[in-house]
Amino acid sequence: MKIAVCIALLTAMAGTSLAAEIPLSERRSGYSFMSPDTRAMQDEDTANPGMLFVLDGEALWTRKAGGADKACADCHNDARISMKGVAAHYPAFEKALGRPVDLEGRINLCRTNHQQASPFAYESRELLALSAFVAQQSRGMPIAAGDDPELAPFVERGHALFMQRQGQLNLGCTNCHDDVWDKKLAGSAITQGQPTGYPLYRLEWQSLGSLQRRLRACITGIRAQAYDYGSPELVELELYLMSRARGMPIETPAVRP
Amino acid sequence: MPSALINVPAKAKRGSVIEIKTLMSHIMETGYRHTASGDVVPRDIITSFTCRFNGTEVFRADLYPAIAANPFITFFTTVTESGKFEFEWIGDRGFSETAQASITVE
Amino acid sequence: MANSNHTTRRTVLSLAGGAAVLVIVRPVDATPAMLSAAIRNVVGEANVHTGKVKLDIPPLVENGNTVPMTVSVTGPMTADEYVKSIHVFNDKNPQPNIGNFYLGPRAGRAQISTRIRLADSQKVTAIARLSDDTFWSATADVVVTLAACTEEAI
Repeated sequence: MKIAVCIALLTAMAGTSLAAEIPLSERRSGYSFMSPDTRAMQDEDTANPGMLFVLDGEALWTRKAGGADKACADCHNDARISMKGVAAHYPAFEKALGRPVDLEGRINLCRTNHQQASPFAYESRELLALSAFVAQQSRGMPIAAGDDPELAPFVERGHALFMQRQGQLNLGCTNCHDDVWDKKLAGSAITQGQPTGYPLYRLEWQSLGSLQRRLRACITGIRAQAYDYGSPELVELELYLMSRARGMPIETPAVRP
Repeated sequence: MPSALINVPAKAKRGSVIEIKTLMSHIMETGYRHTASGDVVPRDIITSFTCRFNGTEVFRADLYPAIAANPFITFFTTVTESGKFEFEWIGDRGFSETAQASITVE
Repeated sequence: MANSNHTTRRTVLSLAGGAAVLVIVRPVDATPAMLSAAIRNVVGEANVHTGKVKLDIPPLVENGNTVPMTVSVTGPMTADEYVKSIHVFNDKNPQPNIGNFYLGPRAGRAQISTRIRLADSQKVTAIARLSDDTFWSATADVVVTLAACTEEAI
């Protein structure tokens, strides 16, 4: 038992000593790793299937829902003004809960608290559409998440999760996305794992998907047990990733292979 | 109603050739996938796309399961007069959607 | 049907939310006979010449689920001489047809783009039918790689 603990400690330390935060000048969006064809898909709105979800979200914004019979627009008016820059600050600290919530979590809190409607399921078309529509209002704006001092312990926890080796492959996020992001795994670019364009359209999924979906796929990839949708761990990871990408422009809805 | 994105220039010179781009929301389920319990997921695709200008067909396509989800189709047409493009997508399970776009000849 | 139950890592995907798990059992590839039958369906007994058609498709794609493709045909687009239709085929998907695109003299330019699915590395063939009912073709090889960390059944 003692030996096992020592080995775990050693591997953890090895991970820590290698990893260093990528300086701003070297931060690269997943976009820069893509082929010209895939970039072209993101560059033009009419060619970007993610825009279909943004259109759906725009329609949902003005649709009344729940016992309160209120639409998002009834409180927030024109999203082009009220939601501008909002997604750049998420996940954000939610005082009532004493913990951070991501954009999807915020939308569902609005549903339950203000619309008196049932929350949307994770990865449902409605939740993806609304979060894409809201995040698209911040397109081109620099990511500024994690600045709230109340978030500090949660950023730190997300960072710890990012560094922590786990799963049958015994890998932490950092071992790929800090240490060897300029290399390839099979034929694919490893990338830095910068969450600049979520929710985004993955060619693999043939659909829009959230950062939580991507994280769960990554965790499964290292043969570890994925955290549940909406779990504090996933939100903390999202928060750390967004604070790690500070200053990079939002691309929602991005396209990725 | 599923969303569609259409890109048609609002104005064009008479006799010029314009590009039209269309993107339609659709899962394009191939009919070749199975659930974990072995059941075939039934095919659900768009089978036909048509573009008409002032009532006359100017472009048509037959689609098969090998067309990617959220079908993206672009083509060209000659602008002869001001008018309306009508787009129609027809598919399995009674899928039928239309969209329109107007163009003014300068 | 010998390999119809053969499931490899790359054919296992899960649906959004992980609520339902879909396993793609890759059906038998389209056979050369199926491909030639599909082409015969379009061209009849006519000869298919090589040339005039340009098939623009990346030789190496990041994901076979969404492969951009453009087909263009050189030559006049007038009332007398024009491209009637463009037909696209593959040889390794379960079904040989990809799409048929019907143009006409008023298209002005014989060029179409779409996005296609390729189940594996394979050949894609585009055949154009001209107004004189001659057929012209181009073929391209596409290598399909797969993202390293694809979703799997959980």
